[in-house]
Amino acid sequence: MNLGTLPLVDQAVLVLAAMALFSAFALLAQSRLLAAIHVFAWQGFLVAAVAALTGAASRDPHLYLSAAITLGLKVLLIPWMLHRLLRRLSLERQADPLAYPALTLLAAAAIVVFADWVAAPVAQFEHSATRNVIAISLAIVLLGLLMMVVRRQALAQVLGFMAMENGLFLAAVASTHGMPLVVELGVAFDVLVAMVLFGVFFLQIKDSIDSLDVDRLSQLSASIERDEITEQRP
Amino acid sequence: MDRLLSLLLALLQPLALLAAAPLFTAVVGRFKARLQNRRGVPLKTPYRELRKWAAKEAVVARTASPLFRAAPYIVFASTLLAAAALPVWETASPGAHVADAIVLIGLLGLARFMLVLAGLDVGTPFGGMGASREMLVANFAEPALLLVVFTLAMTTHTTNIGAMAAATLHGAPVLRPSYMFALAALLMVAVAECGRIPVDNPSTHLELTMIHEGMVLEYSGRHLALMEWAAQLKLLLFAVLTVDLFLPWGLATRMSPTAWLLALPLLLVKLAGLALVLAVSETVLAKMRLFRVPGYLTLAFLLALLGLLSHVILESAP
Amino acid sequence: MNASWALPLAGLAVAAALGSAASSLLAARWPRALTVLAFPMLGVSGIAAQAAGLIALASGARQTTLLPAGLPGLPWHVAIDPLAGAFLLMLGAVLLPVALYGPGYVRAFRNGRDSLATLGACTGLFVAGMLGVLLAADAFLFMLAWELMSLASYFLVCFQHDQPESRRAAFVYLLLAQVAGLLILMAFGVLATTGGFAFPAMRAAHPDATWAAIAFILALMGFGTKAGLVPLHVWLPEAHPAAPSHISALMSAVMLKVALYGFLRVVFDLLGPPQWGYGITLVVVGATTALLGAMLAVQQVDLKRLLAYSSIENLGTVFLALGLAEIFQAAGHPAMAALALLAALFQALSHALLKALLFLGAGAVQHGAHTRSLEQMGGLLRRMPRTGWMFLVGCLGMSAVPPLSGFVSEWLTFQAALQAWRLHDSLLRILVPLAAASLALTTALAAVVFVRAFGIGFLGRARSRQVRHAHEVGDGMLAGQAWLVASIAGVALFPVLVASLLGSAVLQLTGRVPGSPGWLWLTPLGPTTASYAPLLVLAVLLGVGLLGWVVLRPRRGAPVRRVDAWGCGYAPPTPDMQFSAMGFAQPQRRVFAPVYALREGFAGSAYEVVAGDRSWSWIYRPLGALMDRTADLARRLQAGHVRRYLAWSLLTLLLLLWIVS
Repeated sequence: MNLGTLPLVDQAVLVLAAMALFSAFALLAQSRLLAAIHVFAWQGFLVAAVAALTGAASRDPHLYLSAAITLGLKVLLIPWMLHRLLRRLSLERQADPLAYPALTLLAAAAIVVFADWVAAPVAQFEHSATRNVIAISLAIVLLGLLMMVVRRQALAQVLGFMAMENGLFLAAVASTHGMPLVVELGVAFDVLVAMVLFGVFFLQIKDSIDSLDVDRLSQLSASIERDEITEQRP
Repeated sequence: MDRLLSLLLALLQPLALLAAAPLFTAVVGRFKARLQNRRGVPLKTPYRELRKWAAKEAVVARTASPLFRAAPYIVFASTLLAAAALPVWETASPGAHVADAIVLIGLLGLARFMLVLAGLDVGTPFGGMGASREMLVANFAEPALLLVVFTLAMTTHTTNIGAMAAATLHGAPVLRPSYMFALAALLMVAVAECGRIPVDNPSTHLELTMIHEGMVLEYSGRHLALMEWAAQLKLLLFAVLTVDLFLPWGLATRMSPTAWLLALPLLLVKLAGLALVLAVSETVLAKMRLFRVPGYLTLAFLLALLGLLSHVILESAP
Repeated sequence: MNASWALPLAGLAVAAALGSAASSLLAARWPRALTVLAFPMLGVSGIAAQAAGLIALASGARQTTLLPAGLPGLPWHVAIDPLAGAFLLMLGAVLLPVALYGPGYVRAFRNGRDSLATLGACTGLFVAGMLGVLLAADAFLFMLAWELMSLASYFLVCFQHDQPESRRAAFVYLLLAQVAGLLILMAFGVLATTGGFAFPAMRAAHPDATWAAIAFILALMGFGTKAGLVPLHVWLPEAHPAAPSHISALMSAVMLKVALYGFLRVVFDLLGPPQWGYGITLVVVGATTALLGAMLAVQQVDLKRLLAYSSIENLGTVFLALGLAEIFQAAGHPAMAALALLAALFQALSHALLKALLFLGAGAVQHGAHTRSLEQMGGLLRRMPRTGWMFLVGCLGMSAVPPLSGFVSEWLTFQAALQAWRLHDSLLRILVPLAAASLALTTALAAVVFVRAFGIGFLGRARSRQVRHAHEVGDGMLAGQAWLVASIAGVALFPVLVASLLGSAVLQLTGRVPGSPGWLWLTPLGPTTASYAPLLVLAVLLGVGLLGWVVLRPRRGAPVRRVDAWGCGYAPPTPDMQFSAMGFAQPQRRVFAPVYALREGFAGSAYEVVAGDRSWSWIYRPLGALMDRTADLARRLQAGHVRRYLAWSLLTLLLLLWIVS
């Protein structure tokens, strides 16, 4: 494919998709929660920009709507809620450094290669000029999951989950010019509800075990047993 | 006639870079001073310093071996040869045939090898400290730089820097995500390689924090003049490399003095722009702790790698 | 010269090596026999091997003959073709300087308890074995020569058997060499099922895909063990330091290349059509080996161990280039495959010369300063100037900086990898540039390794008493190193001529010649794509350096004034204040921490940190424990009752009869 023959809009979509991929890496490597929330907001902005540009190219008004929903939800509302949650949990200065940063980034690069390899046959059937974005969005989804694996802080895992959703949205926009509006609204609503639920959960967890380190959740069952033993003894 | 012109070009371009190198450093310093509400030193000062050092007696430590006295000449010569590989105002640069982009990086590696050995030669703790840190920087900066070159070479199908610039000039203007990443990586690497803030502070003389200054601490007189001139040339070299690879618009593509007249002022504007960018970033950023430097360099390597990956994934699918 | 001279010359080389082995038996009575007879005959063997290799490469033809020996019905086939010629050239080019160096080096053993006759005889047999592997044209003679090479080198590794670490190294070496030999034998077994044991028959018959893949894996593991591929490399850093230095030079520079030759012969010549799957395997294994080898080499304190890990790294890059060749060949780009293969062969040649030089230099240091530990060295450049400057040439070459020879092969590999845009498969298109990226990282690490080795060992100030009193070595030992320096200069400055020589071996394997017209410019892909002229680079470097020296030379007064080093205005720094070898590599230890098995502690009053190899704790210890447990199970059979043994025999007999019926 010769990049020079593509219209400027498609070139811009490719550039934005590449930047979204970079933001996924940045999200993975960013150890400060506050900064990670900002990176997440930027990723949302990039995805929304892709949707708006695709809408402009295909003169499809419903893509503008998708872009607006994404902008409102992923760039403004959810980051704001996370921010507030962070302040209420007093985690602003909390850092969650990776155990093996070099190894994690290596794995991330391997995931990108894998995503490209897996997506290659799918992209063959696609006619749109930006079909290569499918590989990128698959990589963003997988990197979000990887983030949930390597991070111990529950809030960072939420960010990984939301980033996965960004990747799915990017795939939908780039390959089929967006999902049907009903689906999209449903997903947006789901994400919002999930966010609210996460917030409530976190406050509860923080209240009961005084930490959001998910590795310590595994101690819950053990500690309950221990409690029972101590109760029986007297 | 053409052969004569090309020979002239091969000699003139690196010599012009060599002559302008202290000026470029001075301009960066002047911009930085203005941004910090200072007046800054006159632009002539680096030249005066070089002349002063060259005239002074060289003082060498008793424990130094002959390598210590040979190293400045090798460092200077290999940096100059690396600079000769760059097209400055004309893409058909003959030097680019002797040394392509990979050889250029190799020559910078040779210069660094000798510089680090010179730092270790006297046997003082400062030299060893600077040498160890310099090798840490090189450990990531050099591969990142190679990856930047690979990204461009995969797009233009050549490693000759002149041909790379010509290919970018002749093709239609294209937005390439890979170039974006590669440019960011190149700028980060350039900052690290040239020992600028936030990796190293060129104006520090606190022994425990310095990298480049630590290695040349024992040098004086003409040896110091050569080492410093080579360092200044390296900074200009990276600036011109950035221009050649990413902003070649305006370079002359054929050998004619009229085209050169157009190319030169444009080059000056672009270099001034890069100097300003460097001055702003040095004003805004603070020097990092040494153990954050690997993180910084890993980011540069990652950016270069992403450039390569996005080239393959996004731009070159069959 | 006529092509038919190649085989007789190669025969002369083998005969001279065997003669050297026989004549050194005299050394038990007459110690000078080694100097007067054995080493000169090794030199003759080296010259003959070099000549045979050159003729085979220049003529490009294959010469075969049958020897009147061997098994009934399976006479020994002997052949010499350009591929064997390329490796004969490497062997000869290293053997001759080793023969010059050897007499001076073994003089130190004359008063010891170690038997010089054994040393000389095993050296001769070792060389004869390697020559035999290169000349064999059937699996039987190949395996015979291979085992001769392995066994003779085992005795050389345990030459200083009064030291426990030598015995341990030799045991590990023997174990892995036997496993490797078994795997190679099985690989030949797979190949021989369709044809016969002679190579022409194997070449003509192609096994089906599954069996070919099995043969590939067996060959990769078998030859890879000998070549030091991760994770089968563990014998190498143990065995190289244990052997006498001229033997380490032969082992590292030549024996690893003989393993490479065996792999090339089996996979690229005999196995049949190339597969991209093999290519990917080779690239991944090669890249891992190169990176791990370099990372571990950075942390070594023993100079010879450091060189051994560096050999692992270099063989990794060779296998990476072979992988590229296989990928391009399978994808139908023989010209690119030829380029990658040329890069691999060039790297092998350059590594042979450089590593021989460095091991001889390390031996000279051991001879002159009586230590191998970098922590005790320092300032050797002023006490052993000739060895020091020649060691610097080796270090520069290993760090792959122009205009030395290591850079040429690296440059060629990069050029081959950058042709990835010609490939169609998306996985390959992305893997090949990634391989180049890992090679770039490896090269940068190699520069750290050798800056550290030279800067800590030869520069600065002496860190111990014996190093302060080090002395330069004798003329013979210097001549051996100087010969290698001259060869390296030739290879580095005239890469086009060397490439055209190696080109006929590449032609034999890929059907293409990597073209580079003329003699000055290396332009494997056409002059506009990429070009490199090392002679011009050197000329400009020398010209500018000299010009600067002339211009800046002081007109009056002394050239320099000597003072004490800067110590912040206090007393001048002492040697103990220098950076130590482990301190120099501390940043790398911190960044690549997960790779190392780190051990910190106090040895007496000294703080000590050791960065070990994880493959021991991850692979070999569990494997050893598994073996022990299996052996325990087997021991239960050994109850010691005669009747129980008879019962086992009865059961076995019944089982066999059941199967037969």
